[in-house]
Amino acid sequence: MTRLILRRLALLVPTLLGLSVLLFLWVRALPGGPATALLGERATPEAVARVNELYGFDKPLVQQYLTWLGQLLQGNFGVSTRTGRPVLEEFVNRFPATIELTVVALVIAIGVAIPLGYVAARRQGRPLDHLTVLASLVGVTIPVFFLAFLLKWLFAVQLGWFPSSGRQDPTMVATHPTGFYVLDGILTREWDASWDALLHLVLPAVALGSIPLAIIARITRSSVIEVQDADYVRTARAKGLGPSRLRRRVILRNAMLPVATTIGLQVGLLLSGAVLTETVFAFPGIGSFLSNAVFNLDYAVLQGFILIIAVVYALVNLVVDVSYGLIDPRTRATR
Amino acid sequence: MKSWKLVAVSAAGALALTACAASDRDSDGGATDDASGGRDTFIFAASSDPAGLDPAFANDGESFRIARQIFEGLVGTEPGTADPAPLLAESWDVSEDGLEYTFHLKEDVKFQDGTDFDGEAVCFNFDRWNNFTGVLQSESLSYYWQKVNGGFATSDVETLNGTGKYESCEAPDAATAVVTLKSPLPELISALSLPSFSMQSPTALQEYEADNVTGSTDAPVLPEYANAHPTGTGPYVFESWSPGEEVVLVANEDYWGDTGQIKRIVFPIISDATARRQALQAGDIDGYDLVGPADVQALQDEGFQIVNREPFNILYLAMNQANPDLADLKVRQAIAYAINKEALVAQTLPEGTEVATNFVPPSVSGWNADVETYDYDPEKAKSLLAEAGKTNLTIDFNYPTNVSRPYMPTPEQVFTAIKADLEAVGITVNAVPDPWNPEYLDKMQGTTEHGIHLLGWTGDYNDTYNFIGVFFGGPSNEWGFDNPEIFQAINDARYVADLDEQKAAYEAANAQLLEFLPGVPLAHPVPSLAFKADVHDYPASPVQDEVYNVITLGD
Repeated sequence: MTRLILRRLALLVPTLLGLSVLLFLWVRALPGGPATALLGERATPEAVARVNELYGFDKPLVQQYLTWLGQLLQGNFGVSTRTGRPVLEEFVNRFPATIELTVVALVIAIGVAIPLGYVAARRQGRPLDHLTVLASLVGVTIPVFFLAFLLKWLFAVQLGWFPSSGRQDPTMVATHPTGFYVLDGILTREWDASWDALLHLVLPAVALGSIPLAIIARITRSSVIEVQDADYVRTARAKGLGPSRLRRRVILRNAMLPVATTIGLQVGLLLSGAVLTETVFAFPGIGSFLSNAVFNLDYAVLQGFILIIAVVYALVNLVVDVSYGLIDPRTRATR
Repeated sequence: MKSWKLVAVSAAGALALTACAASDRDSDGGATDDASGGRDTFIFAASSDPAGLDPAFANDGESFRIARQIFEGLVGTEPGTADPAPLLAESWDVSEDGLEYTFHLKEDVKFQDGTDFDGEAVCFNFDRWNNFTGVLQSESLSYYWQKVNGGFATSDVETLNGTGKYESCEAPDAATAVVTLKSPLPELISALSLPSFSMQSPTALQEYEADNVTGSTDAPVLPEYANAHPTGTGPYVFESWSPGEEVVLVANEDYWGDTGQIKRIVFPIISDATARRQALQAGDIDGYDLVGPADVQALQDEGFQIVNREPFNILYLAMNQANPDLADLKVRQAIAYAINKEALVAQTLPEGTEVATNFVPPSVSGWNADVETYDYDPEKAKSLLAEAGKTNLTIDFNYPTNVSRPYMPTPEQVFTAIKADLEAVGITVNAVPDPWNPEYLDKMQGTTEHGIHLLGWTGDYNDTYNFIGVFFGGPSNEWGFDNPEIFQAINDARYVADLDEQKAAYEAANAQLLEFLPGVPLAHPVPSLAFKADVHDYPASPVQDEVYNVITLGD
């Protein structure tokens, strides 16, 4: 197991290096430069030249790349041209918001999808099953931002049940020792702050969780269907295992294997979905910051954020693979 | 049966969450009540973070909005206009030769950190701006000092080295500051109303090392002062800034003027325009600006207030004379006569928009009522084209897409309307749309490859040069002509020390421009703000000099 982890970590190095080259080239292939974005519509050519010199955009590409890489190795991700603050600091400031959002989205997705998928499988061919299949199809097809927009229009604007934007009521005074607002409220015993933060999470999390929910429900359903007809289930039943133990110990446990992998893969999707969801709900996480960086041609932020997200994604995948081994002893064998 | 239970439990859980949520949110949405029952927190949505909290380094509207609550300058504006008015300076005298400005300061004013506001503090600020070095001279930081003063005490950049108009500042006593210039700069008083020239506490500037921009040249990092310790004399004190989330200000209890009803201002940052509108509709904010023209009527119907700023901008159709057809004055006149400006404004621009005749809005000194106006006359346009021998004229029409500027909310619609007008007089229009940033701007300002195009400008302060000087101060790719006579007239007018004489000089320059007709001034579109019904006395200002201590909330 340790060797597996080490090997995977070692593999991460060339992957990230390749990604950094692609990222670097992609960002520079974006039309125009950051200078006009920074200086506005009446910038003089001299001023543009000075900004380019200031940020090193006038140097040869290879030199720019090597400078960037050299800084990266020292943990320096550069400075946002838009805010003038270090990219790493901007990321660290905003990441808790996005983690909180993705965790709640994932909890909602898993919490609804697994029971739903299981029940649909057990009642295969019945109305509830058809409904589940249809709903998950719709869930996968509807773009996240459209659903986000719809949810917001209905539950925030029309009904006023939930706040329309942000992480916290603007009038609320609360302390944030960790940056995870729901957790902060619990730690500081500011229950209303915690509750308020949770309310702000509901709509974006439901929107963001819709696709994983649909996918996980479908995988759960087909996996349970497959497992419940397997030979070993029949054997276990024949040996006299009670129906509830059979469900929990044999069917669910075996059926969860592909589901665990799917959940791991969804984390990456959630991070990319967060860009749109956070923008619609003005949710101050890395997603909305990243989408603003695209408009402002904030090179350092685009490069830095995406690279960090890639590392996070790779690590999550590693954790998923390891946990896979824990669930299914067969996959532990190392070659 | 059991499997149904699972689903039922999940559904019930989801429902319970919604139900609790519903019960917890009152119809008023985010507003707190004080003991007397009135609201005292004002929530105004910002479209982005401020670039920084030190106004000397700012040139964007979001930074200015916040700076105007915390800071005050020597000069402010007459409420509701762009005209300069006394603020921290109660009055000023200008010497005969236009070189010496004596400011008589308001007394018993303190900065928010307890430092006295006096002549020394004024000189400290002027000297600070003039002595910016290195990275601080970047146009993205000290833009307005460069723009207005024209340079620094010393600089590595040749065009900025000692080229400024500012000479020195002295404080003969606590209530006086005397600023001496090297050469006249009549726009100085108007320019001093910009937040960039706010008075800041010398103590705080030094304590938090306001000029200490760290990091390397390719990675400047603003110091602590600009992130957390802005200290001025204004009615509000900085409380907190959570980047990407909100900026919070609280009332300055020791303010020299009226503190007003609003004790707390929150600027939640909502970058998406639709999200801002929905936040207002959901009751989460009290107001926002840059309301889309399409949203105005709908918001009004829903009971929200629409407040208009007096337009301080210009939308024009430029005619690039690098194009041989457009170099012909008769063709340019024909185009001007062909456009039905009244209909254009009525059909495509927000209610309240004025038709433009000059390249400056009417509220700016130097606007001339007697310029050639080219009233809609398609027959005359046709005959001018015939005279010019251009009856089969085909022309490129450049316009930007995916953009909404205060002076140009819907470029596509404006394009469509003008295109129809031009085709009605027999001109074939070749549409050339480009995304706004950077393609469109680069093409219009950096190349000669364009025909007629839409662009505009919002003024910074009440000064004619700030409009026509920006456009016609010298030859440029945007207009493609070289007319030394006009350039000279505009640049000479800039430095006429006597304000009445200057006004006359600018009026003459405007008349000259409209005869030469480098483009057609189209309109001064009105920018709109939207508020909850119970927000009163919002001090809408053409130059956005809006300070919230005069606002009242409640029925």
